[in-house]
Amino acid sequence: MDEIFGIPAPLLFGQLLLGLINGAFYAMLSLGLAVIFGLLNIINFTHGSQFMMGAFVAWMLLAWAGLGYWWALLLAPLIVGATGVIIERLMISRLYKLDHLYGLLLTFGIGLMIEGVFRNEFGSSGLPYRIPNELQGAWDLGFMFMPVYRGWVVVFALACCLATWLVIEKTRLGAYLRAATENAALVQAFGVNVPRMITLTYGAGVALAALAGVLAAPIYSVNPQMGTNLIIIVFAVVVIGGMGSILGSVITGFGLGIVEGMTKVFWPEASSTVIFVIMAIVLLTRPAGLFGRA
Amino acid sequence: MEMNRRSLLAAGTAAAIAPLSRARAQANTIRIGVLTDMSGTYRDNTGPTSVAATREAVAEFGTSHGFTIEVLEADHQNRPDVGSNIARQWYDQGVDLILDVPTSSVGLAVNQIAKEKSKAYINVGSATADLTGPQCGATTLHWAYDTYMLAKSTGGAMVRAGGDTWFFITADYAFGHALERDNTNFVRGAGGRVLGSVRTPFPGTTDFSSFLVQAAAARPKVIGLANAGADTANCVKQAAEFGITRRGIKLAALLLFVNDVNGIGLQTAQGLVCTESFYWDTNDKTRAWTQRVVRRTPTNYPNMIHAGCYSAALHFLKTVAAMGVPAAKASGLDLINRMKATPSEDDCFGRGVIRQDGRRLIPSFLFEVKSPAESRGPWDFYKLLQTTPADEAFRPLSEGGCQLART
Repeated sequence: MDEIFGIPAPLLFGQLLLGLINGAFYAMLSLGLAVIFGLLNIINFTHGSQFMMGAFVAWMLLAWAGLGYWWALLLAPLIVGATGVIIERLMISRLYKLDHLYGLLLTFGIGLMIEGVFRNEFGSSGLPYRIPNELQGAWDLGFMFMPVYRGWVVVFALACCLATWLVIEKTRLGAYLRAATENAALVQAFGVNVPRMITLTYGAGVALAALAGVLAAPIYSVNPQMGTNLIIIVFAVVVIGGMGSILGSVITGFGLGIVEGMTKVFWPEASSTVIFVIMAIVLLTRPAGLFGRA
Repeated sequence: MEMNRRSLLAAGTAAAIAPLSRARAQANTIRIGVLTDMSGTYRDNTGPTSVAATREAVAEFGTSHGFTIEVLEADHQNRPDVGSNIARQWYDQGVDLILDVPTSSVGLAVNQIAKEKSKAYINVGSATADLTGPQCGATTLHWAYDTYMLAKSTGGAMVRAGGDTWFFITADYAFGHALERDNTNFVRGAGGRVLGSVRTPFPGTTDFSSFLVQAAAARPKVIGLANAGADTANCVKQAAEFGITRRGIKLAALLLFVNDVNGIGLQTAQGLVCTESFYWDTNDKTRAWTQRVVRRTPTNYPNMIHAGCYSAALHFLKTVAAMGVPAAKASGLDLINRMKATPSEDDCFGRGVIRQDGRRLIPSFLFEVKSPAESRGPWDFYKLLQTTPADEAFRPLSEGGCQLART
C-alpha cells in the first residue's frame, strides 16, 4: 500500500518528520514558558521577543564580533538570559502579589517595546544568517530529502528538553524549585534564597527561548516579527499541555507540530488555525490541560 | 442653571468659531496622507521609506506655488478594517490624496471608500491588478506595478526559458490569489501546465518546508512563489536548505523587492529572477534621486513602490498647481481626470501616461540577482535581463473588465 488517504506514503512520512521538526521549536519555547509559569506564576508574553532576540544576538555576534554559530549557541542564551534577569529584578518582581493578569500585561507590553526597538533599528525585511559549514548538506532518506541542520535541531531540542526535565525532577536544585512552588515561605525558612532562585529561573526560561532563537536563525528569516507569529501558537501549546507542566509542554509541543504538519497536507488553509481549534476542544473537556492537575 | 447655560453657550460659540479659522488655514493647504505598513512584514518594502519618498517629491516641488503641503502618515497594520477607518477619517478631515496603501486586501478596502467619497486615491503598494480591472474607480490610480505585469515579465520569461510545468505556493489572501491567477493565465497561454497549488495562511506561516516538499513531490519545473516579504524570504531560504533548487527545480519569486534580496542575502538569493519597474542603479537620474532619499532612510534603499510614491505625489502636486487649489479641492474626480489628461514626468520613471482605467504605464524590467562575486558592494544586487516597454507591460485596456474603459 503506497497511498494513505489518497496521499503517497513517502510524502506523508516526510510531512510527519517535518511536523516533528517544527514541534521541536514549539517544545523548546513552551518548555521555557512552562518553567516560568510553574515557579513565578507569570505568563511570560515577552517570550516571543526573547526568541527573536536570541536570533538577532546570533546575527550581531557574527556581524560585529566575527563569532560564528557555535559561539552564538553558547553566548546568545547567556546574554539574552541576563537581560531577562534585569527585567525580572526591575519590574516583574514587583507583581508577584498581584493577579496573573498584571504579569501578563506587563510582559506583553515589554514584548511589544522590544519588538518596536528592533524594528526601528533593523527594519522588517530580515537579516541573512547562514547554516554553519559543519551542518550543511542533506541526507537522502529515500522518501524525502532531510537537511542535516533540521536533524540537528530535533536532536538538540530533545536533549535540551530532557536536560531541563532532569534538572527539575532529579536534582537537589530542582527539588528546591519544586518546593518553592508549593510553599515559598517554608523553603525560605530553611535558608534557601528564594527570590534569587526565582530570578535565575526566569533567566533560565528566557535563555531557553534565546537558544531556540539561535537554532531558528539559519532556517527562518531573522526579522523582528519572527517571534510574534510563533508565541501565540506556543501559548496555545502550553494551555493544551497544562499550564506549568514540564513534560506536558514537551510532549504537546512535538505532538502539535505533527498535527499541524498533517493539516498542511490535507487542508493547508487551516494549518494556522488547527492548533486553536484543539485548544478550544481541550479547554471545554479538560480545562486544566492534557497533563495539568486540576 | 443660568451659569450653566451661559458657559454652555460660550463653549458652543468657541466650538463654532474654531473650525472656521481652521477651515481658512486648511483651504490653502494640500494634504497628502501616506497610509502604509509601518510595523509589519512590508515595512521595508513600503513604510517609512514611502513617506520619505513622498517628502522628497514635496521638497522637489518647492514652496513657490502659493499653497502649503502637509504630508500625513499612518500605519494600517495590514488590516482592511484599520485601513478603511483611517481612510474614512482622513477624507472626512479634508485629506486631498491617500497614497501608497500596500497589502492588496487593504488596498481594495480603501478603494471602496475612495469611490464612495469620490476622493483622489493613488495606490502604489498593492499588487492586485483588480484595482484597474473589475474594481476600478473613477478617482483611483494604480502606479508602479501590478500582478499582471509581474506575471507577464517573470512568468512569461520562465516559460520561454523552458519552465513549462508549474506548482504555486500562494499566500491565502487577495494578493496571492490575483498573482497566482495572472501567472496561471500566462503559463497556460504559452502552452505550459499548472500541476497544482497550495494556499498558505497569511500572516502566521513561518515554516514553508511542508509546502515546498509537497510542491517538489509534484515534480514541476518551476515552483512559483505567489507571496511577498518575509514569506518569500522564508521560502527561498528553506528551498535552498531542502536542496529543491539543486535538483533542477527553478524558483520563481513572483514578487521580490531589492529590500527582500538584502534580507535573504546574495549567497541564497543569487540566480533568482524578479521584476521591478525601478532599480536605483539604472541611470544617473535614478542614482542621484536615490542618494537624496537615502539621506532620510539610510538603512533602506528605495524600490519601485518608493519610487512610485515619489512619482505619483509629484504628478499630483503639479496637477493641483495647474488647476488651482480651490478647483482641486472641489472635486476629486476632476483632479484625477486632469491627472489622466496630463503626461507625468519625473526622475524615476521618466515620461509616461495614465490610462482611462487608472493604470500608469511604465516599462517593466526583468532582473537576475547577482552572485556575491558579481556584486560590487551593498545594494548592488541586480543585472538587467530584459525590458518590456510601457505599452506592452500591462494588461490591455479592453481585457481588464473596468467600467471606465467602456465609456
